Amino acid sequence: MRQIRGLTVLSLLLISVMVAPAGWAGAAKSKLEIFSWWTAGGEAEGLAGMFTVYKKLYPNVDIVNATVAGGAGTNAKAVLATRLTGGDPPDSFQVHAGLEVQKYDPAKYLEPLDGLFTSAGWDKVFPSGLLTLLRYQGHYWSVPVNIHRANVMWYSKKVFTDNKLTPPKTFDEWFKVADALKAKGIVPFVLGDKEGWEAGHAFEAVLIGTLGADGYRGLWTGKTQWTDAKVTQALNTFKRMLTYTNSDHAALTWDGAGQYLIDNKGAMQIMGDWQNGWFQSKNYSGYGWASPPGNAGVFDALSDSFSLPKGAKDRENAMNWLKVAGSKAGQEAFNPKKGSICARTDCTQSLFNAYLQSAAQDWKSNALVPSVIHGAAAIESWATKYKDALALFVTSGDVAKTQADLQQACKGAGVCK
Amino acid sequence: MTQNATPTRVAPALAARAVRRGGRGPTADRLISLLLIAPSLIVIAVFVYGFIGFTAFASLTKWNALAPDFSWVGLQNYAQLFSTIRFQIDLRNTVTFTVLFLVVCLSLGFTLAVLLDQRIRGEGLFRSVFLFPLALSFIVTGVVWRWMLNPGSVQLGSTGVNLLLEKVGLGFLKSGWYTDPRIGIKAVVIAATWQMSGYVMAMYVAGLRGIPEELREAALVDGASSFQVYRHIIVPLLNPITLGAMIILGHISLKIFDLVVAMTGPGPGFSSDVPAFFMFETTFRGNNFAQGAGIALILLVMVAVLIVPYLVYSLRTETQR
Repeated sequence: MRQIRGLTVLSLLLISVMVAPAGWAGAAKSKLEIFSWWTAGGEAEGLAGMFTVYKKLYPNVDIVNATVAGGAGTNAKAVLATRLTGGDPPDSFQVHAGLEVQKYDPAKYLEPLDGLFTSAGWDKVFPSGLLTLLRYQGHYWSVPVNIHRANVMWYSKKVFTDNKLTPPKTFDEWFKVADALKAKGIVPFVLGDKEGWEAGHAFEAVLIGTLGADGYRGLWTGKTQWTDAKVTQALNTFKRMLTYTNSDHAALTWDGAGQYLIDNKGAMQIMGDWQNGWFQSKNYSGYGWASPPGNAGVFDALSDSFSLPKGAKDRENAMNWLKVAGSKAGQEAFNPKKGSICARTDCTQSLFNAYLQSAAQDWKSNALVPSVIHGAAAIESWATKYKDALALFVTSGDVAKTQADLQQACKGAGVCK
Repeated sequence: MTQNATPTRVAPALAARAVRRGGRGPTADRLISLLLIAPSLIVIAVFVYGFIGFTAFASLTKWNALAPDFSWVGLQNYAQLFSTIRFQIDLRNTVTFTVLFLVVCLSLGFTLAVLLDQRIRGEGLFRSVFLFPLALSFIVTGVVWRWMLNPGSVQLGSTGVNLLLEKVGLGFLKSGWYTDPRIGIKAVVIAATWQMSGYVMAMYVAGLRGIPEELREAALVDGASSFQVYRHIIVPLLNPITLGAMIILGHISLKIFDLVVAMTGPGPGFSSDVPAFFMFETTFRGNNFAQGAGIALILLVMVAVLIVPYLVYSLRTETQR
C-alpha cells in the first residue's frame, strides 16, 4: 500500500509538471509573446531596449516577455520543443542564426520570411555572407538582431608590456611568447572549460588559423575533408597549446578564467566578444584584443535571431516585432547594451564602445565564416559531436582518434562521404 | 447459496472471517476496495506504466528531430548509444560511483551509528549534526563542494580543501580533485557520501535500538568479545536495515543528476559525466528524442535490476507473516 501511495504522489507530480506550460498560454488579442533566454545583465537590458522601440510604434500591444533562464539556452530549448510540438508556440522565439534552425524543422514549424526580407530591404543592409548563412533550404527563417565574434584573442596589456612582448600573429610567434611567459610563471593560454564547449570554441580559431577562411568553411560543406593533413596539423598545434593552460581550467567557466587576465597572472584567452562586456562589468580596462594566430581578416561569426512559428497567435504583432528587430532603431537600442554589433552595416558607430567599433569595421571588410559551437556552421547533432570530441581531446590528447571521430561526425551529418 | 458454499469449501478460514464481520460476502468487500483504489490505479497505469511503455516504443523509432517520426528502426538507437564513447564512459562512471557510494556510505553510517550508540553525552546533538546534510538539496551540496574542491592553481593560489591541507602542513595531499580526469566522479562521491551517510547512520541507530539488550548480555555472559558480539549478533540482525539502505542509496546513485550538474558538469574528458546528464543533453539539447528515450530505458533497467529482487523478497516475507 505504501508503494502505491508513493507512486500516486509521483504520478501527481508528473501531471503537475505537464500541466504547467499550459498555464503560460492564454494570449488574448493585441498581445505579443517573445520567447528568449536573455534573462540577466546586458542581454535583458538590450531586449528591454528593443521592447521600448516596439512600444513607441505599437502602444496598444502588450508584450509578454517569456524568458527561460539558463546559459546557451539549454533549458529554454527544452520548453520550446514542448510548445512547438504541442501546437502552442510563442509569437516569436530566439534561435541562433544559421544551421541551428534545422533542429526546429522549419518546413513544418516555421514560416519562411523571404517576403519580409525583400520588403524591408534587408538583402541590401545585411552583408551577403550573413544572408548566405541565414538561408536554409532556400529560405530565410529568422531575422538577425546582432553579431558576435567568436575568434578574438584577449590579452593583458600589462603582462605584455612588462615582458616587452607583442601579441603573436602566427603560431610560431605564439609558442615563442608562451615559452617566455611560462618561464616567468605566468599562464600563457588561459582556459576555462568547465562547461565542455570552450575547448571546441578555441579550436575553431586554431582551425581557421591553420586552414584559412575557405578551408575552414569547406569543413562544414564537405569541400574540405576532416582527414586533411591540415586538420592533423591543427590538432597537433592545439595539443601543444593546451600544455600552456592554467592547471585548474576544468574547474572554471570562461568568465572565471578571465580572472587570470584581470589579476595579470595570465596572458591570453581565446573567447567570443561577450568577454568584452564581462571585463567592463568587472571595471577592468587593462585588456587588449587581437586576432588569434593566423585569424587576421577572418570574422568567425554567430548571430542571435528571431523567427516566426507557424500558428503564432498574434501573427501581425509578431511580424511587426520582426520588422523592429531588423530595423536600424531596434538594433541600435539592443546592441550597445548586449555588447554586440549590429547585423546591419549602417548603425551609428558613436553609440558603441571602442572594441565594438573595431569589430564593426572588421564585420564590413573581413571574410565571414560561421561558428560551429554557436550554432551557425552545422546542424545541432553534428555540432554536439564536434564539441564532445574536442572536450575528450583536452584530456586524451589523441590526435588520430579525435580526427577519426570528427570525420565520423561529418559522415553522420551526411556532409562527408 | 452456491455463492456462499464455494468459498467455504475452498477457504473455510476466509469465509469464517467474513461471517464474523457481519455476513457480508468477501466479493462485495473486494469490490469496494477495488473501487477505492481504482482511481489511483488508473492514474498510475496511464501516467507511470503507460509512459514507460511509450518511452520504450519511442526508443525504437526514428524520432531524432523535433517533429515526431514513428518509423520503426528496431534497436538502431541502442546500437548507436553503446558505440558512443561518451555513453561508454558514462556507464563506467555509474558503476564506479554506485560501488564507491554504497561502500563508503554504509561503512561510514554504520561506524557513526555504533559510536552514537555508546550512550555518550550530547547524543541528540551529534545525531542532528550528522543528519542535517540530508535536508539540503543536492544542488546546494553540489555548489558548495564545487567551491571547496576547487583546486586553485599555482598562479592564483590554492583554494578550499587544498588551502586547508596546505595550512596544516599536509601540502603533499593536495590534488586536482574533480579537475583531474583520474579522479573525476570519485570527487562527486565525496559530496554524495557527505550528504547521505548521516541518513544511513540514522537508519542503523534505529536498528541498533531495536536489538534487545538481553541478546548482547547473553552473548557477553557466554564469553564473547565485543567484536564477536558485533560480528555474529548485531550485524546479522541489522541485515534488513542494510538491505533497505542499499536499495535507497542504490537508486539514488544510479539516477544521480542534480549533484553532478551543480558540482562538476561533464568534467574533463567526461570523467564525471553520468547517463542522466547525457540523457538530458541528448533529448533537450540535441532533440534526439528516440536516443534520449533509449538512455532513459537503460537507466530504468539498471534500477529495476536493483529494486525488483528487493520487491520480490519483501513481498515474500510479508506473505509469510
